[in-house]
Amino acid sequence: MQKRVMEEDFRKGEGRPQLLHLIPNERDWMVKEVGGGGKCFGVSKEKKLELRLGLPGGEDWSAVNDKREEHPVEPALSLGHYSKVSKTTGSNPSSVGAKRGFLDTVESKTEVFQQQQQHQPGFLQLQAKGKELSQKTNGRAEQQSLEKKASGSPVAHGSAAAPCGDAAGANNSSQTSRTATTPVVGWPPIRSFRRNLASTSKPSLESWNGGSETAVKFENGRKGLFVKINMDGIPIGRKVDLKAYDSYEKLALAVDELFQGLLAAQRDPLTAGIQKNPEEKQAITGLLDGSGEYTLVYEDDEGDTMLVGDVPWGMFVSTAKRLRVLKSSELSATSLGAVSRKRTAT
Amino acid sequence: MTYFPEEVVEHIFDFLESHRHRNTVSTVCKAWYRVERLSRRSVFVGNCYAVRPERVVVRFPGVRSLSVKGKPHFADFNLVPHDWGGFALPWIEAFARGCPGLEELRLKRMVVSDESLELLARSFPNFKVLVLVSCEGFSTDGLAAIATHCRVLRELDLQENEVEDRGPQWLSCFPDSCTSLVSLNFACLKGDVNAGALERLVARCPNIRTLRLNRAVSVDSLSKILARAPHLVDLGTGSFTMDHRAEAYHRLMNNFTKCKSLKSLSGFWDASPRCLPAVYPICRNLTGLNLSYAPAIQGADLIKLIRLCLKLQRLWVLDCIGDKGLAVVASTCKELQELRVFPSDVCGAGTAVVTEEGLVAISSGCPKLNSLLYFCHQMTNAALITIAKNCPHFTRFRLCILDPGKPDPVTNQPLDEGFGAIVQSCKDLRRLSLSGLLTDQVFLYIGMYAECLEMLSIAFAGDSDKGMMYVLNGCKNMRKLEIRDSPFGDAALLEDVGKYETMRSLWMSSCDITLRGCKTLAAKMPRLNVEVINERDESDEMEENPSDLHRVEKMYVYRTVAGPRNDAPDFVWTL
Repeated sequence: MQKRVMEEDFRKGEGRPQLLHLIPNERDWMVKEVGGGGKCFGVSKEKKLELRLGLPGGEDWSAVNDKREEHPVEPALSLGHYSKVSKTTGSNPSSVGAKRGFLDTVESKTEVFQQQQQHQPGFLQLQAKGKELSQKTNGRAEQQSLEKKASGSPVAHGSAAAPCGDAAGANNSSQTSRTATTPVVGWPPIRSFRRNLASTSKPSLESWNGGSETAVKFENGRKGLFVKINMDGIPIGRKVDLKAYDSYEKLALAVDELFQGLLAAQRDPLTAGIQKNPEEKQAITGLLDGSGEYTLVYEDDEGDTMLVGDVPWGMFVSTAKRLRVLKSSELSATSLGAVSRKRTAT
Repeated sequence: MTYFPEEVVEHIFDFLESHRHRNTVSTVCKAWYRVERLSRRSVFVGNCYAVRPERVVVRFPGVRSLSVKGKPHFADFNLVPHDWGGFALPWIEAFARGCPGLEELRLKRMVVSDESLELLARSFPNFKVLVLVSCEGFSTDGLAAIATHCRVLRELDLQENEVEDRGPQWLSCFPDSCTSLVSLNFACLKGDVNAGALERLVARCPNIRTLRLNRAVSVDSLSKILARAPHLVDLGTGSFTMDHRAEAYHRLMNNFTKCKSLKSLSGFWDASPRCLPAVYPICRNLTGLNLSYAPAIQGADLIKLIRLCLKLQRLWVLDCIGDKGLAVVASTCKELQELRVFPSDVCGAGTAVVTEEGLVAISSGCPKLNSLLYFCHQMTNAALITIAKNCPHFTRFRLCILDPGKPDPVTNQPLDEGFGAIVQSCKDLRRLSLSGLLTDQVFLYIGMYAECLEMLSIAFAGDSDKGMMYVLNGCKNMRKLEIRDSPFGDAALLEDVGKYETMRSLWMSSCDITLRGCKTLAAKMPRLNVEVINERDESDEMEENPSDLHRVEKMYVYRTVAGPRNDAPDFVWTL
């Protein structure tokens, strides 16, 4: 297998190890879509979502398939939308698979910044803890800058390489944070309780709107318990998976992350949808003890509104039907079914 | 053979320890089959759907010990939907009816309901050992039933289960007359326990040797327990945090000193470095140490502790031990056989904490190493080749480079050569997990050299169907093959359909197989269950009849004599 090396610079500004393109002589690139818990069966047009993210120096593709067709993809957020001609796959025993990149954890139909038609994402999972987003994106873009053809025709190396520069340039203007990486479903292969162990020591996620909820939803092995959550002043509600947390503190953190961005966007509509630096967002604190601007309450299965935190966590999970984030100042106006509970005035 | 009285044959069979050997002798002739089945005391069912529980009971009526495994391994990483199956109840029911002499039950990755536990507790008067690993579906109420009714219980071992907490009273359900406990492990329980009940239970069980507490047990309680049970061999602490200046701390250290038999330590929940010296007195006898739940213990403190553990054979740590820490392990723990290094920052940190250097150091310092689970940020071919040379005795080698598909950072090459060296050098390798950038070449090596390989985990690897074919053609002893996100399609799947009857199971997810390929496989091999797992989402437009050319997202194939299972949920199609 002959290998061709292509140099790419993925990081926005820093030098990074060069990436090796392992492209066999006789094969063209093939873009691998990744399932990552995605729903293959329901994808009618065989469109697959591919998210290409990774650590510096981590990108690689190995082979290209003549028969594959590529959609041009907007590189900005490293979400690819590829059409795969699986008919030819089955009949071509020598078809090769390119190395798969990261799985994205976005629902399979959601993507943003697509050039062609797309579905509106419910939410976008692009946050991470200090990960580099752009390098995968850049690399991806190279492959993707091929026009979709009506019939399968060989995709030559040359044409793949040509738009490289443009794509790379376009990528660098990606507005996603350098620190974002989408976690792959079931990767790294550790048990859930170890995952939580790690995350308790790193509570803050660099997040888009709905980040933590998204992260939770990908644990598709476990049945989630999703309840609606609305926040005062924000017209659009969200959903949280109560089973993803094991304590009130973690839930409060998640609520904070869920609404931080939306709240900031409400205050300053001009920046809506664009990720701000974390320092600019104001954390929503004091949800549980009455000390903050907002307080977390819930409706239980008897229809009463209760303060979150009164009952043991397990009981809360089994009785909570919906959550609300209310302005603390308006609490007295609401009738609360909570038993007497001292609120420490701050 | 017929001139041997059956009792003699049976006596001879007693010396056959492994299931495989007993299985083999039972096929020699009818007489041997009969003797074997009636004298069989222990049965291991690697896949609960491979055989019906009733059949097992009929064939082996004298079984005392049963082990059953349920979900495929990738269920550990949430790749298998929650209600896929693997129910324990049918097994417990069948044995309750046909084999009431059952004494030991070991279940792994199964769904165990409280109802099952209740039935278990009431049906087997001689029940002694219950081990549940990675199971779910039960609560502390089920444990209460076990505690209440199993009069001669010796072992209650709960490892990494999802247990719903319904209160601490289950522990108090052990009657005062219960004095038989040898091993109690409830480390995975999230809820409180009644400290007094626990201490009293330990006090009245003179034979207790293994005790693993959960996070809710305070250090105070631990101290009291150690005082009552100084002959413990295996201890899992509860929450390990306290004021190290307080008298309680000195008491604890004192009590540790009295535990002369202590060989294995784990737990250390919320452990702070200042509290570690409490265990220094017993370190030099330790053969097993698990610090993987203690992210606050890092670097220098870890090193101080490890320097004392000269006899260590089994070490589980977080990657914050760093390459430097691993070098200390290498120079100190010459008896090391098993090492597991877990990632402490799941999404990957900017700074790599363990790299190939740490592992190379270990390999050169610990020649007895045979079992490895290593999460790291990078690996090189050169390092793997060195490791292979230093440690030819690996039986389990699981390497997880956190960034999928990452090449050798020095040469930018795939890691084919490195893993190739491992399989070539380690002739006894039974289990292998691959990661990093890998082409078909690595599979060629595996097929050629890994003769003993029984379990192979592949993720984000390979270029073409050839990769999978090399493995299927080459590895004669393959039992479990699990593949995710790799470009293997129908051609590879169908290359050698007979092979799957020689294996326990095959898992493929996010690969290139299509519905047609799966249907073909199912049609050709009636004694395989070909399950297509077809998850849905509310937002998904599901096609009622997807075309044959649809890519199959998740497929699980396993050999079975039980036919298609009758408890499969809607989203699982057995073709």
